[in-house]
Amino acid sequence: MNIAFKPSETFRDDFTYRNSDDGILRFPFPFAEDKYMYSVNIEPHVPSGPSPAYEHTFDVDEHYIAECRERAIVLEQDPSRCKVLPHMMAAQWDTLELIMESFARDYPRHFSLEKDGAQWSWKNRPLGIEQNFTFGDASTLPFEPFEYITRQAQGDFTLQDQRENNLFVDGGMVTTQADWSLEFDIGMTFHEWHAPVPLAHEIGVFDRALKFLLRLQQEQPVRRLNWTMTVNPRLDTSPENYPAWGPDRASVDQANVAQKVHLRVELQTLFRLPRSNAILFGVRCYLASVEELARVVKWRKRLHRVLRDLPEELEGYKGLSRYRQMVIKHLAPFDDDALLSKGPQPDQASV
Amino acid sequence: MNEARTLNLRVQKAELISPSLKHVVLESADRSPLPSVGAGSHIRLSLCENNKKFRNAYSIAAAADDRSAYEIIVRRVEPSRGGSAFIHNTIKAGQTIEADYPGNLFPPSFTAQKHLLISAGIGITPFLSYLSYLRRTQAEVRLHHFCRLDELETFRRLLQPYSTGEVYLHPNSTKIDVANLLQSHPLGTHLYVCGPEKFMETVLGAAKTLHWPSSKLHSESFGGSHAGGAPFVAVLARSGIEVKVGEDQTLLEAIEAAGVEPPSLCRGGACGQCLTEIIDGRPEHRDHYLSPEEHNAGRAMMICVSRAKGNRITLDL
Repeated sequence: MNIAFKPSETFRDDFTYRNSDDGILRFPFPFAEDKYMYSVNIEPHVPSGPSPAYEHTFDVDEHYIAECRERAIVLEQDPSRCKVLPHMMAAQWDTLELIMESFARDYPRHFSLEKDGAQWSWKNRPLGIEQNFTFGDASTLPFEPFEYITRQAQGDFTLQDQRENNLFVDGGMVTTQADWSLEFDIGMTFHEWHAPVPLAHEIGVFDRALKFLLRLQQEQPVRRLNWTMTVNPRLDTSPENYPAWGPDRASVDQANVAQKVHLRVELQTLFRLPRSNAILFGVRCYLASVEELARVVKWRKRLHRVLRDLPEELEGYKGLSRYRQMVIKHLAPFDDDALLSKGPQPDQASV
Repeated sequence: MNEARTLNLRVQKAELISPSLKHVVLESADRSPLPSVGAGSHIRLSLCENNKKFRNAYSIAAAADDRSAYEIIVRRVEPSRGGSAFIHNTIKAGQTIEADYPGNLFPPSFTAQKHLLISAGIGITPFLSYLSYLRRTQAEVRLHHFCRLDELETFRRLLQPYSTGEVYLHPNSTKIDVANLLQSHPLGTHLYVCGPEKFMETVLGAAKTLHWPSSKLHSESFGGSHAGGAPFVAVLARSGIEVKVGEDQTLLEAIEAAGVEPPSLCRGGACGQCLTEIIDGRPEHRDHYLSPEEHNAGRAMMICVSRAKGNRITLDL
C-alpha cells in the first residue's frame, strides 16, 4: 500500500500540518447522529468500518513520520511523558509484540519482522530503523520495550494492570493527549482517572464500562471514539505545556475560526495482552480543521447541529467555551436543515 | 476479528504419565504460531461424548516460548460426563481438535513480592505455568502440593525443574495442617489455591480465619463466560420465526444465524443497544446494563448475553 508520507509537517510553531484530500475523506468523523451525548459506545475492533482508519489494528497514515518526530521532540523536552511502573515488564513485551506483528502484517511495504527463536529482527523503513534484539531481554534494545515501540507508533498508549476487580493505569506513553497528565494519573484506578468527566458518572457509564473491560478477552479487541476541539493542529495539549497552548484559545476570531479550530478525534482501542493479562489502551489522535471538514457537505451540516445543541457541561469540560459560538456562526449558513443519513460516513467520494 | 473464531489444533503427543493422568501436547494444525499466553491461562477444547458436543477448559500447564505448542494434563474422571473419557480414550497423536482462543481467569499478581501456591491433585496444572513464569522474576515462590501417595512420583517428575526450597510435596499419607502453612508470611504475600472444591474451601476458609485480606486470595474458577447454557427456543413475535438457541451460542448469535439483525454493539452486556422487550417467558439476566429492579420486572433483556429460564421465550423482534 502506498502512503504519501509528509515527513516535515509540524504540530507546533509554524503548524504546517494539513490533511490531503484523501486524509480528509478517511477522517474518523465521530458523529453518527445530529446530537451527541456520552455513552458506552464500545464496539468490536474489526477490520472494517465507516472509514479506512478502522481497517487495521493500528492505523498508519500520511502523518506517520511527522508524528513520530513530534513525539521525539516532546520526550526530549520532558522524558516523564513516558513512564512504566516496574511490575509491568511483561506488559511492555506484550505491547512490543502486538505492535510489531500488526505493523508487519498490515503494512509489509513499510515494516518487517523476522524471528529466529528469541532473536528478532525489526525493520521500520519510513523511520530508517533496523534493530536486532532478543525478545525478553531489555538490555538488547536502546529503550525499554514499551517506550521503544511506542516511539514508532502514532497516538498515545496506556498500560492497565487488572487486579482487585479493577484497572490501574500503571504505565503510558502520553505525548498527544487532550489535556490529561500521566504524571498525575499514574497508579490511579479506572474511576479515579475518569473523575473529571461531567455527567457520565451519574448515568453509570464508567460502572458499565469497567465491568465490560474486566471481561475483555485476548484476540477480541474493542474500540470507541472520543472527540474534542483544539486550536491549531497541536498534538501536545498537555497540562504540562498549558502555558504554550492555553493562550491559543484567545487567538480565534470570526475571520480565522475555520482554519484555526480543529476537530480532534480519538480512535481508542483496547486490547487484552496475553502474558501480563493487562489491557493496552491505544489513543490514536486525528486532527482536521473546520475548513477541511466543511468540504464534506454532510459533515459541515452535522457538525453545526452537534455543536449548536451541545450540553453546557460538555462545552466546559471539552474546553470549547471561547470559540464554540464562532464555529456555529461560521457553519450556520451551510446548514439547510436537510435530513442527513445516519452514520458518520462522508457520503461523497471526493472533496 | 470478533466472530466466534476457533483454533484448529493437532495433537502432537499424548501419553499417560500415571494411570489416570494424560499429558497432551497441542500444536496448530497448520504449524503456524499459536497465540501467546500467560501464566494461569486456559484453553477450551471441543469435545464429543455420548454424541453430545461441548467445550471444556483446561489449564495450559506449559507453552513453548516460540509459540509452537501448548501442554495440558487431564485427569480421567469416572464416570465421565465432562469430556475426560473422550480425552483419555480417543485423543492420540495426529488427531485434530478444535479449540476456542485461550483466555485467562487466573493470572498471578504482578505486584506481589511473594506467591504462596497450594494445590491438590490435578489442581497443579495452572501452577506449573506459574512456576515457569515466576522463576524469571524477583518474587519469592512457595508451592505446597497435596497428592495421593501412588501419584507422588508422577508429581515429583513434573516438578523436577524447580528447586527443593520452593516446592513441597505432601502425599496424603501424612496429615494435612493447612493452618500451619498459612502462618508467618510477610504482608503482601498472595495465596493461590487450586484443586477439588472441598480442598479449596478448606484452604480459603483457614486463610480467612487467619485474617488474610480477600484481595490477596485467589482461586481458579472456569465460570464467567457469557456464552453457553441450556438450549431453548426464542420466538420472534413480529415475524413468527422460531429460533433454536444452542447450548454454546448466545441468543443474539442464534437470531443472527436465523437471518435477523437486531441492533447490537458491544456484545458484552454493557452498552444497552440490544435491549429487547419480552412478550412472554422469563429471562435469565447476565448483563451489566439493567438495574436490579429492571431485572426483577423481567420485561426486557440484553439479548447479546442473557438467556431464557425454561425452554421458551417470546421477544418483540
